[in-house]
Amino acid sequence: MPKESGMNEPGKSLSRRSLLKGAGAAAAGVSFASVLAACSSDGDTSTGGTGGSSDTTTASEGSGGGNGGEVSFGSNFSDTVPKEALQKSIDGYEFGDEVKVNTIERQAYQENINSYLQGNPDDVFSWFPGFRMRALADEGLATPVNDVWDILGDDVAPGIKATCSSISDSNQYLVPYYFYPWGVFYRKSVFEDRNYTVPETLDQWVSLADKMKSDGLTPIAFGAADGWPQMGTFDYINMRVNGYDFHQSLMIGEESWESSEVRETFKVWTDLLPLHQDGPTGRTWQEAAQSIFGDEPECGMYVLNTLGMGQQAAESDQEGALEDLDFFAFPEINPEHGRKAVEAPIDGFMLSKDQADNQAAKDLLAYLGQPEAQDLYISADPSNLGTHDGTDTSVYNALQQKAVEIIKTSENVSQFLDRDSKPAFVSEVVIPQFGEFLSNPGNIDSILKNMEAQKVEIFSN
Amino acid sequence: MKSSATKLTDSDDLMTPKAAPVRRSRRRASDRLSLISMVGFPAFLHIGLVWIPALLSVILSFTRWNGIGGVDNIEFVGIDNYKSITTINTEFVPALTNNVLWLVVLMAVSTPLGLLLAVLLDKNLKGGRFYQSALYMPVMLSLAVVGFIWELIYSRETGVINAALGSDVDWLGNQSINIWAILVAAIWRHTGYVMILYLAGLKGVDKSLKEAAAIDGASSWQAFRDVVFPVMKPVNIVILVITTIESLRAFDIVDVINGGRFGLELISVLITRNVGGAASRVGYGSALAVILMVVSLVPIISFLSTNLRKEQAS
Repeated sequence: MPKESGMNEPGKSLSRRSLLKGAGAAAAGVSFASVLAACSSDGDTSTGGTGGSSDTTTASEGSGGGNGGEVSFGSNFSDTVPKEALQKSIDGYEFGDEVKVNTIERQAYQENINSYLQGNPDDVFSWFPGFRMRALADEGLATPVNDVWDILGDDVAPGIKATCSSISDSNQYLVPYYFYPWGVFYRKSVFEDRNYTVPETLDQWVSLADKMKSDGLTPIAFGAADGWPQMGTFDYINMRVNGYDFHQSLMIGEESWESSEVRETFKVWTDLLPLHQDGPTGRTWQEAAQSIFGDEPECGMYVLNTLGMGQQAAESDQEGALEDLDFFAFPEINPEHGRKAVEAPIDGFMLSKDQADNQAAKDLLAYLGQPEAQDLYISADPSNLGTHDGTDTSVYNALQQKAVEIIKTSENVSQFLDRDSKPAFVSEVVIPQFGEFLSNPGNIDSILKNMEAQKVEIFSN
Repeated sequence: MKSSATKLTDSDDLMTPKAAPVRRSRRRASDRLSLISMVGFPAFLHIGLVWIPALLSVILSFTRWNGIGGVDNIEFVGIDNYKSITTINTEFVPALTNNVLWLVVLMAVSTPLGLLLAVLLDKNLKGGRFYQSALYMPVMLSLAVVGFIWELIYSRETGVINAALGSDVDWLGNQSINIWAILVAAIWRHTGYVMILYLAGLKGVDKSLKEAAAIDGASSWQAFRDVVFPVMKPVNIVILVITTIESLRAFDIVDVINGGRFGLELISVLITRNVGGAASRVGYGSALAVILMVVSLVPIISFLSTNLRKEQAS
């Protein structure tokens, strides 16, 4: 990806970015001293950070050069494909032999993150940016990684850098690895056979859906039993109706769920529900995804992410399902906000507490943040995209290329409702109340009233 | 000091076996030792592992704590957690009713069904061992596996039931039927458990009792009702207890199906999500746990008090 890619558009992100630059410089001064102290003995072996960008060499010289050393690595890459891909990536690291990977089942890892980090955590651990990262940073459970970001420089889109930065102290706490954008997925063959055109606005989308209905297709697949897929739909509708900034304020508890803005979002969603598969709460996301594949697909489209759809295409009985798969950006609803925001959850790595002097761990993080490591990972798990602009996009499949294109034209990157907001609010309020909405959309007044009441309580601390 | 003194007496005692008063003190010392080890140790474990954590839960239930940092981060909030649970938590009432429903249904369906199967199997039917294993099999599967199996059966588009009946019922999503669908799975599993316990009980009934009843002209139903069933009273009590426990700790099946949401709420699920899950609301979850504890105390106390009263009477 060339340097000018990403989200270099002006606007909010710019001011945040310049703010970060200042803070980053200040923090770099502090960490530089500590790094010097840590590297008093050995000479000038090259760092783990390799190739990709010209910034690397200067920055690694500046940080005194790494010389390996044992690093323990807490990983939640527990499924076979990601686990092997990560291992491949680590094997490509100069000091890969000294990295002790400790893999924990993904769900359990996420649920036990607090006790894990308070106990005897690994030096480097997998996590998500945005609110979830900031919560850990604010509790003092993580160490800033500004020196790693000095190496990454401008080769990572500013929107991604912003979400990897703390708001309270402007440090970076996470090194991004890959991301997987959300969109509206469909099959090229289905669209070609029936002469469907990709919609750009809500009206076009609705008329496409009506056409599908008359052709005997259920327009939009929907599986909500797992609790999270419906969040993607909500995030997009809310960002399209009210904009990225409003959405983020709502997520961190600063806007009311009873506001007219949120009501409008739910009104749009209510109108769209008849175009979805009915009874979503009894259907898993995998079942919903499978309904768009096959010779006689039940559904025409599905709102999900490249990661999940890539997996399900590979698992479907349909020959060449992955090549047949395509997606478009969630349609525009309010012209004021257009399609500026994209939902693209990022996975990355953080440094656990009291690791400021652990140069070996920082070198590993620097390696993971750069193209060499990311290319190796993506080659084994092609449902994601590398976060570094230098990753080799020429090997990307059509789906990944499309994702790159959408990211390029987006101004803001949201993480996903369960990463942008407080976990207690998401799991105890959003999921049950969204479930109630999907079963009884007519109860929206009492649902929003309850959400606001519980939000006040949960965010008051 | 005391123990070394005892030891000394012991060895003295061995050397002078005739000293009667010393022997008495030796017996008392060993009595005390066995008393301490047999009562003290279990009591210590019980207090340390049951009562202290229970007490701490009660204390935590009046606090707000996200589980991060030391004890100084714990903030006392009075009865706020209880207030919030009973007023704005929309999952609490469904969870409580589902737990009660679970108990009533297991009691009312699994127990008689298990007893019936046990009586049939006790008649040494042909292939009895096969039926016995087949019916007991679900008990050996973990509830998580049971949940997974039934997920495949109930799935709306790809499930066995809808495919066989050609129906389009949303078994797991429709909030007015999904709890019943899950209860069928729970019954399927629990019945095997009840059956095996009754079977063991029936095998333990003295044959001469049945013969005596038959000689006295009792029909097989009368013999069962008036002779065999009363003899199995201890088994009945065990079944009552395990059924109560099963229904209060029910968790795995709904957790596998949809994480215990959308009509499948259970108190245990709410506790786990709040205390152990990503939510990290330790105080709030503790308050839920205290509520579950109080709920479980009701059947336990009433059961114990009636039984103790009967024991005393007899």
